[in-house]
Amino acid sequence: MTTRTRLSHLQQLEAESIYILREVAAQFERPALLFSGGKDSITLVHLALKAFRPGKFPFPLVHIDTGHNFPEALQFRDDLAERIGEKLIVRYVQDSIDQGKAVEEKGKFPSRNAIQTVTLLDTIAEFKFDACIGGARRDEEKARAKERVFSVRDEFGSWDPKLQRPELWNIYNGKIHVGENVRVFPISNWTELDVWEYIRSENIPLPSLYFSHKRQIVWRENVVFPVSEFVTLDSSDKVEEKTVRFRTVGDMTCTAAVESEANSLDDIIREIQTSRTTERGSRLDDKRSEAAMEERKRGGYF
Amino acid sequence: MDLLRFITAGSVDDGKSTLIGRLLYDSKSVFQDQLEAIEKTNQVNGQINLALLTDGLKAEREQGITIDVAYKYFSTPKRKFIIADAPGHIQYTRNMVTGASNSDLAIILIDSRKGVIEQTYRHSYIASLLKIPHVIICVNKMDLVEFSQERFEEIKKDYIDFASDLDFKGLEFIPISALNGDNVVDPSSNMIWWKGKTLLGYLEDLELEEDEHKHQPRFPVQYVIRPQTEEHHDFRGYAGQVRSGVFQKGENIVVLPNGHRSKIKAILTHEGEVQEAFAPMSVTILLEDEIDISRGDMIVTEKQLPNLSQDIEADVCWMDSKALVPGNKYLLRQTTGSVKSAVREITFRIDIQTHQKLDSPQLALNEIGRIKIRTAKPIAFDPYSENRGTGSFVLVDEGTNNTVGAGMISGSN
Repeated sequence: MTTRTRLSHLQQLEAESIYILREVAAQFERPALLFSGGKDSITLVHLALKAFRPGKFPFPLVHIDTGHNFPEALQFRDDLAERIGEKLIVRYVQDSIDQGKAVEEKGKFPSRNAIQTVTLLDTIAEFKFDACIGGARRDEEKARAKERVFSVRDEFGSWDPKLQRPELWNIYNGKIHVGENVRVFPISNWTELDVWEYIRSENIPLPSLYFSHKRQIVWRENVVFPVSEFVTLDSSDKVEEKTVRFRTVGDMTCTAAVESEANSLDDIIREIQTSRTTERGSRLDDKRSEAAMEERKRGGYF
Repeated sequence: MDLLRFITAGSVDDGKSTLIGRLLYDSKSVFQDQLEAIEKTNQVNGQINLALLTDGLKAEREQGITIDVAYKYFSTPKRKFIIADAPGHIQYTRNMVTGASNSDLAIILIDSRKGVIEQTYRHSYIASLLKIPHVIICVNKMDLVEFSQERFEEIKKDYIDFASDLDFKGLEFIPISALNGDNVVDPSSNMIWWKGKTLLGYLEDLELEEDEHKHQPRFPVQYVIRPQTEEHHDFRGYAGQVRSGVFQKGENIVVLPNGHRSKIKAILTHEGEVQEAFAPMSVTILLEDEIDISRGDMIVTEKQLPNLSQDIEADVCWMDSKALVPGNKYLLRQTTGSVKSAVREITFRIDIQTHQKLDSPQLALNEIGRIKIRTAKPIAFDPYSENRGTGSFVLVDEGTNNTVGAGMISGSN
């Protein structure tokens, strides 16, 4: 018998993620893949192609549009859905606000990040989704390090970190009661660098935001912040033009850029390898308090 | 580059969180913003409290304890690591079993002042029961015993005596101080008598042998891909992850439990056809014949057939506050299958401090015992000692839907 090499770490992670995606397809009746147009959910879509082709995806892509998204990300989202011929469902935070279900934050740094949860939970109810696949990773944030691959949420979408199901071997238990749903995180075990190395090795297209470009910015709490129609500027803000890129792409009101000349995947990987800050270091939503992410997750956020 | 998954075990004050913090910190896997966050919160004698790097939940930081398994990631130029950080004290049997189920290696901490204690027993027993192939015993807090070589040798001897009935493929001992970093990532100048590697050195150099059970080809069917389109009219692919062994194109196969036979027509990945698939690849298999196969069935080759039985004997770790008693019914999930099952009897309960087998009417939370269980339909399995993938199962309570038990099959009954 010939000797076979072990799979590389990226191949192992890929095989595990494909396995998880297929478990979702087999265990649930109405799953969805939450798609934001960011690198992690783009990676998920790529993994789903590997898991289900030549068949169709057994779930639609669902985007909760805050109304404050980067136009580049939205364009990319629409193009991708069309290119792979899969169904895309979009629901709008603005609709939740108009219906009086969600209230816009006030103050100088308002963000729609938190009220996204309202729209997400309504969308889950509308389509009776029993599983929502997301691109969260355990290395992103300390509360996420505690997250299960199959995470049961109650009818309010709440996460109770003290009452999680043990996950043994690779046997995932997706059994739930009516009204509950499961959040599934197929790339839990990937790190930021793994995602980038995978994108490079698989040659996965990304929105231009991730590569260096010139942009109007202001400084906020020591981070480089993109100027947009959704950001209130006052006389203390000095608008500058900088060469920047985004390390993580979320809502324009809470995603900061980093100064960077990296405009190829090789450059980006080199930059991340030597970076001394985490990806989430540029997310203002996490800096609001020590337990900001944990509290949002308890409330139904990803 | 490859991937090593390990678990750390130790009692409350053995310095487990500090050790993980030290590994992350000295291997430069901690980021500036994470450091700033913990520097703000807490400092002990002017030193950063590295233990704070691992406790992710608010309640954990408030109470200074670890509530649940967390996963940590770090890498060196040689290897990627995933640490299952299981809590040392509350509910630790169930949490350690959870973390251990996916690990290639266990690090067990011993406080150099206390030596081998009851907890060391528990942790070692679980590592052995779960068949973690490699164990590293870290004798920690060497700074508190004046870096004494005699003390280290004494603990090593005690451990070897006590672990004689346990089954580890590889066992190593390292004297360390997690607090100061001696022999964790950097060699210690305080223990020049130590000629062995540092902990990280071991982790990096450990030979991950090819799974010794690779010769048992096992492919649990996860999902059937049937596009039913013009282009793929007759396509019927069996998707799944190879659990062990190798499958080759053209090979004769048997489908269990029904025993149908066929031949592998093609093995597909997204990149195209491959000649063979081995564990842990996720692939899609096409067969020569149209036979009835669905999720939960297992494709195997003609040689080395697994066991097929409705009556199973297994070691079970109980994970629910409602005790396991004979007569109870559960959904048994093994590989990709699900089958109703009833517990026939509890053969014995293990006292995991003494390894004694006791008569017991029930298994309570965090207890481990041997049970006999009958399934509604035959299942295909191998003993856990031969195959962790096909010899393991979980029990699900159909009332609460919770995962209540972890099982390791010893044989059919």
